[in-house]
Amino acid sequence: MLLIRCPYCEEERPELEFRNAGEAHIARSTNIAGESDDDFEKFFFIRSNPKGVIYERWRHIHGCARFFNAVRDTVTDKFVMTYKAGEPKPAKLPGASK
Amino acid sequence: MNAAFRIPGAGRLRQATASFSFDDKSYVGIDGDTLASALLANGVHLVGRSFKYHRPRGFLSAGAEEPNALVQIVRDDARKTPNVRATVQELYDGLTAHSQNRWPSLAFDVGAVNDIASPLFSAGFYYKTFMWPKSAWKNLYEPKIRAAAGLGVSPDRPDPDHYAARYAHCEVLVLGGGAAGIAAALAAAETGVRVILADEQAEFGGSLRFESGAKIEGEDGFAWAQGAIAKLKAMDNVHVLPRTTAFGYYAQNFVGLVERVSDHLKSPGRELARERLWQVRARRVVLATGAIERHMVFADNDRPGIMLASAARTYLNHYGVAVGRNVGVYTANDSAYAAAIDLKKAGVNVAAIVDLRDNPTGPVIDEARALGIEINFGRAVIRAGGKLRVSSMTVQPKNGGGERTIPVDAILMSAGWTPSVHLFSQSRGKVAFNEETRRFVPGTYAQDCVSVGACNGTDGLAATIDEAYAAGAKAAKDAGGRAGKSAKPKVDASESWSRGMLGAAPGAGPDTTVKAFVDFQNDVTAKDIRQAVHEGMHSIEHVKRFTTNGMATDQGKTSNMHGLAIAAETLGKPIPQVGLTTFRAPYTPVTFGSIVGHARGALFDPTRRTAIHPWAAAQGAVFEDVGQWKRAWYFPKAGEDMHAAVDRECVTVRKVAGLFDASTLGKIEVVGPDAAKFMELLYTNPWEKLEPGRCRYGIMLREDGFIYDDGVVGRLAPDRFHVTTTTGGAPRVMHHMEDYLQTEFPHLNVWLTSITEQWAVIAVQGPKSRDIIAPLVEGIDMSDEALPHMSVREGKICGVPTRLFRMSFTGERGFEVNVPADYGEAVWEALWAEGQKHGTCAYGTETMHVLRAEKGYIIVGQDTDGTVTPNDAGLDWAVGKKKTDFVGIRGMARADLVAKGRKQLVGLKTKDPKVVLEEGAQIVDDPKQAIPMKMIGHVTSSYWSENCGRSIALALVAGGRDRMGQTLYVPMPNGTIEVEVTGMVFVDEKGEHLNG
Amino acid sequence: MKKYSVFAIAREAMRGHKGWEEQWTSPEPKKEYDVIIVGAGGHGLATAYYLATEHGITNVAVLEKGWLGGGNTGRNTTIIRSNYLYDESAGIYDHALKLWDGLSQELNYNVMYSARGVMMLAHNVHDVQVLKRHVHANRLNGIDNEWLTPEQAKEFCPPLNIAREARYPVVGAALQRRGGTARHDAVAWGYARGASARGVHIIQNCEVTGVKRAANGAVSGVETTRGFIGAKKIGVVAAGHSSVIMNMAGVRMPLESYPLQALVSEPVKPVVPCVVMSNTVHAYISQSDKGELVIGAGTDQYVSYSQTGGLHILQHTLDAICEMFPIFTRMKMLRSWGGIVDVTPDRSPILAKTPVKGLYVNCGWGTGGFKATPGSGNVFAHTIAKDDPHPINAPFTLERFRTGRLIDEAAAAAVAH
Repeated sequence: MLLIRCPYCEEERPELEFRNAGEAHIARSTNIAGESDDDFEKFFFIRSNPKGVIYERWRHIHGCARFFNAVRDTVTDKFVMTYKAGEPKPAKLPGASK
Repeated sequence: MNAAFRIPGAGRLRQATASFSFDDKSYVGIDGDTLASALLANGVHLVGRSFKYHRPRGFLSAGAEEPNALVQIVRDDARKTPNVRATVQELYDGLTAHSQNRWPSLAFDVGAVNDIASPLFSAGFYYKTFMWPKSAWKNLYEPKIRAAAGLGVSPDRPDPDHYAARYAHCEVLVLGGGAAGIAAALAAAETGVRVILADEQAEFGGSLRFESGAKIEGEDGFAWAQGAIAKLKAMDNVHVLPRTTAFGYYAQNFVGLVERVSDHLKSPGRELARERLWQVRARRVVLATGAIERHMVFADNDRPGIMLASAARTYLNHYGVAVGRNVGVYTANDSAYAAAIDLKKAGVNVAAIVDLRDNPTGPVIDEARALGIEINFGRAVIRAGGKLRVSSMTVQPKNGGGERTIPVDAILMSAGWTPSVHLFSQSRGKVAFNEETRRFVPGTYAQDCVSVGACNGTDGLAATIDEAYAAGAKAAKDAGGRAGKSAKPKVDASESWSRGMLGAAPGAGPDTTVKAFVDFQNDVTAKDIRQAVHEGMHSIEHVKRFTTNGMATDQGKTSNMHGLAIAAETLGKPIPQVGLTTFRAPYTPVTFGSIVGHARGALFDPTRRTAIHPWAAAQGAVFEDVGQWKRAWYFPKAGEDMHAAVDRECVTVRKVAGLFDASTLGKIEVVGPDAAKFMELLYTNPWEKLEPGRCRYGIMLREDGFIYDDGVVGRLAPDRFHVTTTTGGAPRVMHHMEDYLQTEFPHLNVWLTSITEQWAVIAVQGPKSRDIIAPLVEGIDMSDEALPHMSVREGKICGVPTRLFRMSFTGERGFEVNVPADYGEAVWEALWAEGQKHGTCAYGTETMHVLRAEKGYIIVGQDTDGTVTPNDAGLDWAVGKKKTDFVGIRGMARADLVAKGRKQLVGLKTKDPKVVLEEGAQIVDDPKQAIPMKMIGHVTSSYWSENCGRSIALALVAGGRDRMGQTLYVPMPNGTIEVEVTGMVFVDEKGEHLNG
Repeated sequence: MKKYSVFAIAREAMRGHKGWEEQWTSPEPKKEYDVIIVGAGGHGLATAYYLATEHGITNVAVLEKGWLGGGNTGRNTTIIRSNYLYDESAGIYDHALKLWDGLSQELNYNVMYSARGVMMLAHNVHDVQVLKRHVHANRLNGIDNEWLTPEQAKEFCPPLNIAREARYPVVGAALQRRGGTARHDAVAWGYARGASARGVHIIQNCEVTGVKRAANGAVSGVETTRGFIGAKKIGVVAAGHSSVIMNMAGVRMPLESYPLQALVSEPVKPVVPCVVMSNTVHAYISQSDKGELVIGAGTDQYVSYSQTGGLHILQHTLDAICEMFPIFTRMKMLRSWGGIVDVTPDRSPILAKTPVKGLYVNCGWGTGGFKATPGSGNVFAHTIAKDDPHPINAPFTLERFRTGRLIDEAAAAAVAH
């Protein structure tokens, strides 16, 4: 069971309090009705599914109920950081060597 | 009465006796014995049969690594536990045990014929035969193999015992309570942080149980350990857990442990759980899991009476039991000498020590020699004699030469010690092979843990305590502890050994065909491993799977390293290149019960009941499960079956009125200045222009354009919507809404609140519904003009606040009375009393389903299945044509979702009105075609409609709306049913009843 | 290839089993092959086997980063069935089931396909509707699947708890008698042996690190930890790692990889005679020939390549098992493990050509790939050999997510109302 830091509660809480909500930073188009088939497929179906650093969404569903973003290594399952929804994708990760 | 092999004055047990039985024979043991020590005290070595060859087996060990001595413990008919390691099971008065996997008896087992035929049963033989004729695998071979396999017998009754669970947090979790673990715990505890110390044994001390040469703080090592534990127990910040096995090391220092609470008690009270699962999150973990001795791999090394040297020492020094009267010792390292010395001093004859090494030196060797024990260097035991008990060992110079057979009644062996890196490896740490000592030790760490003592490859008690004390102090400091005063225990005398050998001993080498066992339980021999390699199994994982080495209930604790060494030798590769198999949880087998804990029966999953549930139950309602809810299904009167009850309820609602508990419907309040904007985006319908006080049926899609949920939405005020969802959909709709609100449309000023549990909902439906409700309502004009169909008002009913919806899921004039849940039952009873004046009924979900189907109202999840668009369901009218955005607008425009020939919802009438179609039945347009048939749709809803005097059905049919009037066919196993495609409304097509 | 038989065993017994030949060889990679299969799991090895046996293409290499059969093939709970709802799914899974029946003889390797029956439990009205829809559709598709009452279900599986007062009582069951289990390792080994004997190179410990494309965009080979290996055609059959490999070729996939855990109990004498599955309480169980109860859990909720998962997932699974079988609380979990399953948005696989010439993909089997192994390999070999899908896998395209022509078995199971 993972231990996840909720950036709103500012606390580490057990995974049971959270629900994963898939890849982060995939914005819904403001003109979605006018999107091409390709763009819609990319938005709704295509996922980066990285082996390594993933940017993903979690919701503290049995806590503050807020959605937030996390950076996690999918090989070790270790969290690099979490941050609030709406904040930009971090340019530099803490502890990243490159 | 002293058992024959109990040595007076030896061991640490008090003399309180406990009687027990094994295979229906009675014995006497001593309080504190394990079943193994008690049997050995009575001279019983033969306790089991092996898996494949049914070879007679005795005790290999005195601990959790035991592969052979598995028994069935029977407390009563419902408490039969298979595959219990006798070396771990503590004795209690009256304990009843049986041997396993033998027939008709342990001493005479017919299955042992497999041993004679064993040349045929080589590694993986079953992959190469049993293939002809084809049907014989299922009908002949497999049943025979299955019957022969398996060890014990599964319980056959529900378990009356209960299992407890605890979550805990601590700064330092110490796993293993030998000298290392105790030292680490002492150091950590001094700093004031929370410490948990767990050990699998009943008593702490680990190898101090048998190390007669250990002296700490001037005391015998084991005595020191008891004193240290007493001190730790007295500290408020320390929790000491005996009989507790850490079985799994999960992500982020989350460790699963099982505490055996009452399996050692004669008659545990009902208040005691059998076991308790601890799930501990620790800042730091100290692994002090020790090491496990390996056996020597030589011919017939599995005969009862042949055991690990440390086990014999444990039985002697702790339990006061001699494992034989005339023992032989076979070793490749020093530690077995200590066993020989202890036994000799206790008066047991040591026939000879056979040492593979050429000219080892050291104090234990000198001491053994001084005691007059015969020592043979550079020699190997090439064979053991005896069947049900070892009777001799045959010795030969290791490079060949004359054989000599020495009579013995036990052989104590030691090939060296394997560090227990299981938990370290589970923590995803990487082990490293130490070439000098030929063992895998912790290498790269993946979590905040540290290994100390024997599991870290640290030899010697003094070094172990130095290392463990320092590690405990550091772990505590890193986890936030204050500096403690150092009180490192002082080691006065210590035993130390290392090295040894891996793989097959001389006499069991590649040129032999002897049965030299590597994995005892699974009957894997050295030659099996070699054969696997010869057959192309070059990965250690392939070797393991092909031979089953290390896959028995001991999970390779004694066999993995030998197997690896033999495979490496055969491959001609160094051991680290061949690699180690993965260590997986659990460390030792864990009962399902301990994992499940309280989550059994009613507590398996929460049961949700509405406020009106007790009333319905009192009326004799039959309930159905819908998600976690119990919903009243129908209300049978005396003598009625389900059909009769539903027919009556259906007719009564349309003729008079009925009351229905709709409380389970999901309810969400959408509030805020941008509430309407938000609703526009989440639903296909337009909302901006919906007037306050009016309702609308809303459809929610997923982004892919398929129907996700539906429900009636009331606008209470310009900035306030009362949304209803399906019963099962409530949580995911809320999640879906929150997701969009928080992450896609955060600019909208809206607040969402789940109010499902806050409002009880009583549907009153039927021509008399207004007459029933009106007398109880205050402040709401109930006239059709003031409260038309699809409107909502707030007011009072029976003096409590209500949100009164005028809406209908039956097609009749109808209302849904929302009241605070606490008043739900009272208001229901008041409405019921009013209703009785008119002859109304209560109806359940089945009647609700029939009535809505008569009107062609869909149920999302029944008439739709996640592949249905609004157009497919005939709900295009509910999609705002002028809208430029809502969730699903793009998805439903995809090519296949607007293609011709999609399945569409239609009505079906059977040609024979008495025939009721089966839900899920498939529809074809040509009943004469051969199988596989081209199916064009299926029946989604089907009922007998007493109101129509015939059956009715809804179906998804390809191009359905263009097939009106067509005859289609429903082929059933007992004949084909003809149906006609119709509209979806079977009652009151014009909708006049809504105001009727 | 020396034939396996009871006579061969007897012969070898006389000489200490020293005459067995290697089941597969471990050759050095050549510079180039006609076809490279990435991933030596069951599906990949079966693909190579059928390329050789049905299409005469033997200049084939199967590249495996670890040991063959070491991925999901060796980690699954070995359930075989074909009673899927949609024609497309039923088509491919029943094609596989027909191949399972007779696979031991075809491969001369006992894969222990055991048609002991797969029973899927219904616990409420909704389950009944869904499972009966399957039963009816299967019947008209010529696939056996029959409806059982709770009493009949108990007769078929005596330890099952059908008490009406259970939290989720059994109200019926769908039984596919041809369903069952097989020995997972043997499937990989049998196909490996068969393929190797026909000249296919199985190259283990060879991780693909890049996919090379020629100037015209077509594939030209792969970079590996053992150097570049050329090929005109590449079939990616890498299960949980499919999107990683496809990314190397510049193709982004509609896939997410999740941990899937399973466990076995200690071995006991025969007690569960069939496979029992329940979607509502969410667990499945069978008993291996060795006597271990084999139990499957659900996936963890997050993308991961760690091959580990949380204890709470196993906990929920065992809760469900002990709810269906209250007699098992004293049984012990012996071993648990995790695999990485690649899941598509509609939970159906992708077996198709890709936008890149010469690149083919077979992935997205989610939690249920083992049962399809022979059928999947068979039609994927066809797809590669003919550069055109077999009619059976033609619907399982990559484009279906764009058009919306999904094969949504999960949606068909629908959601409780």
